[in-house]
Amino acid sequence: MAAEQEIIVSVRNLYKNFHRGSEEVEVLKGLSLDIPRGEFLALMGPSGSGKSTLLNLIGGLDRPSRGSIVVAGQRIDRLSDAELAAWRARSVGFIFQMYNLLPVLTAERNVELPLLLTRLSRSERKRRSRLALKLVGLGDRMKHYPRQLSGGQEQRVGIARAIVTDPMLLLCDEPTGDLDRKSGTEILDLLSRLNREHGKTIIMVTHDPQAAARASRTLHFDKGALLVESAA
Amino acid sequence: MWLSQIFQVTLLNLRNLKERAASSLVAVIGIAGVVTIVVAVLSIAEGFRKTMNAAGAPDRAVVLRSGSASEMISFFSGDSVRLIRGGPGVAQGDLGPVASAELFVIIDLPKRTTGTTANVPLRGVEPAAFQVRPELKIVEGRKFNTGTRELVVGRSAQREFAGLDLGSVLKLGANDWTVVGVFDAGGSLTESEIWCDARVLQPAYRRGNSFQAVYVKLQTPRALSEYRRALLTDPRLNVNVQRESEYLASQSEALAGFITFLGSAIAIIMGAGAAFAALNTMYTAVASRSREIATLRALGFNRGPVVISVLAEALLLGLLGGVLGAAAAYYLFDGFTTSTMNWQSFSQVAFAFAVTPRLLATAVIYALTLGLVGGVLPAWRAARLPISQALREL
Repeated sequence: MAAEQEIIVSVRNLYKNFHRGSEEVEVLKGLSLDIPRGEFLALMGPSGSGKSTLLNLIGGLDRPSRGSIVVAGQRIDRLSDAELAAWRARSVGFIFQMYNLLPVLTAERNVELPLLLTRLSRSERKRRSRLALKLVGLGDRMKHYPRQLSGGQEQRVGIARAIVTDPMLLLCDEPTGDLDRKSGTEILDLLSRLNREHGKTIIMVTHDPQAAARASRTLHFDKGALLVESAA
Repeated sequence: MWLSQIFQVTLLNLRNLKERAASSLVAVIGIAGVVTIVVAVLSIAEGFRKTMNAAGAPDRAVVLRSGSASEMISFFSGDSVRLIRGGPGVAQGDLGPVASAELFVIIDLPKRTTGTTANVPLRGVEPAAFQVRPELKIVEGRKFNTGTRELVVGRSAQREFAGLDLGSVLKLGANDWTVVGVFDAGGSLTESEIWCDARVLQPAYRRGNSFQAVYVKLQTPRALSEYRRALLTDPRLNVNVQRESEYLASQSEALAGFITFLGSAIAIIMGAGAAFAALNTMYTAVASRSREIATLRALGFNRGPVVISVLAEALLLGLLGGVLGAAAAYYLFDGFTTSTMNWQSFSQVAFAFAVTPRLLATAVIYALTLGLVGGVLPAWRAARLPISQALREL
């Protein structure tokens, strides 16, 4: 079924090595993978299996040792640092386990951050930030600072920040890993809705089988290789 | 776009300063302390130079015996003085040429502060001396009468040394001398001196009819070259003619140069310490914010703005330290008076520490440099931090 759909992410023969002291550790070993547009993909596996590394490589936060990564027709592994930064700003929304909000900024200003890299006017930036916050259900918390919000609310701000530029990819690194069950469920509901109603392609690293159950496909990793693939 | 990124990231950094107030304060105070000390030391040289140069009028010439670096070792006979006085271009007054043949002896007086004796210059002058130096004003008492053992004392000399109050009697050699006046000379070197009639000083110190220097007022500053040529080409004379400002500059150069050298050495040594404090603060700042910096870069902010924002913060700390240190130095030391030995005349020069605008500007630039040096490495580290790794740091 996937073959008929437009492929948004295409990974070919991907290797990633890390240096740990004098030792070289191979984290990804010749991985190949296609992700169709609009998919909600979960990456699972034990710690050190390479799932977060893959997420970082697809998001342009890191560079592969070998192999190619094509996102929406563009070889991102060949971009310069500055081009890659601009590409990230345009194309990817990141959602982090620890939310990574800036404590000195209000929710609204946190969400506005990626828009500072665009040529939008101040009023337009404000309008879009508010819209994104309303979409995640935090229309009444715009002027709050992160320390005044609960974990679940902080993660919603994180999601609003990730979607405010309307990126083609949402990359989530254990988005519910630091939340209680109820808040986690709310966050997963929100991600599902973004996938279903707004057509966002989502790649989510998770340890939680319940979170993975929301995805349309789950890839299991072990020792840098793809183990099995399971469809929802 | 880049500029706006720099602005935004820098603004974020500065907002963050509040959270790192303690470590930032340590850097600011460290830099301020160093700046205060460096400014204080340099203000000594500056003040000394100012005092030495203040007296230098462009239309005044100092004539010494050829080869004499200072008045101390110069010598003229009365005949030579007559020729020197008669040179071309010398201003004329009621009493003839406006020129004063002077002699210079050193007397011992106790310092007010420590009670230890110090060398004080006693200058015998001719009546025209007050016309040669019109900036000199009697502010208390009166001028000495010619032919009497009377003294007028400079303000700085009176402030620094005991026994120079109006009416005091000084025993110099076998004779008693009375202080009859106090003069002001605009804070110049002359104010460290005591003056009397040269004709009375000559026999008191067994100098016969000899002098050590002739101070001459010229008609115009440009008259110097003609006057100098005439004196140098006169076969009966063996003299050296200098504009007074040049003469005084040469007198102060050795000591001022030494103090400036000392100040610079202190600046370098202490500056290294302060730069390390700034470095430490900036490293802490970068380390505590590495996740935040990584987040910004993940969102698409470039390395450049991150580097510049860290540098901007370091510069701001440097600026604060510089301004604080310069202000402290100004309020603590500007105008603080002291005296020191001028090795060219072997006598004490009283002067005030001068924290000049130039020195303040130098201090601020110095502090900014310290901040910059302290910020470069941390900024480099901030930029080099692998994003994926830093994102997970707590």
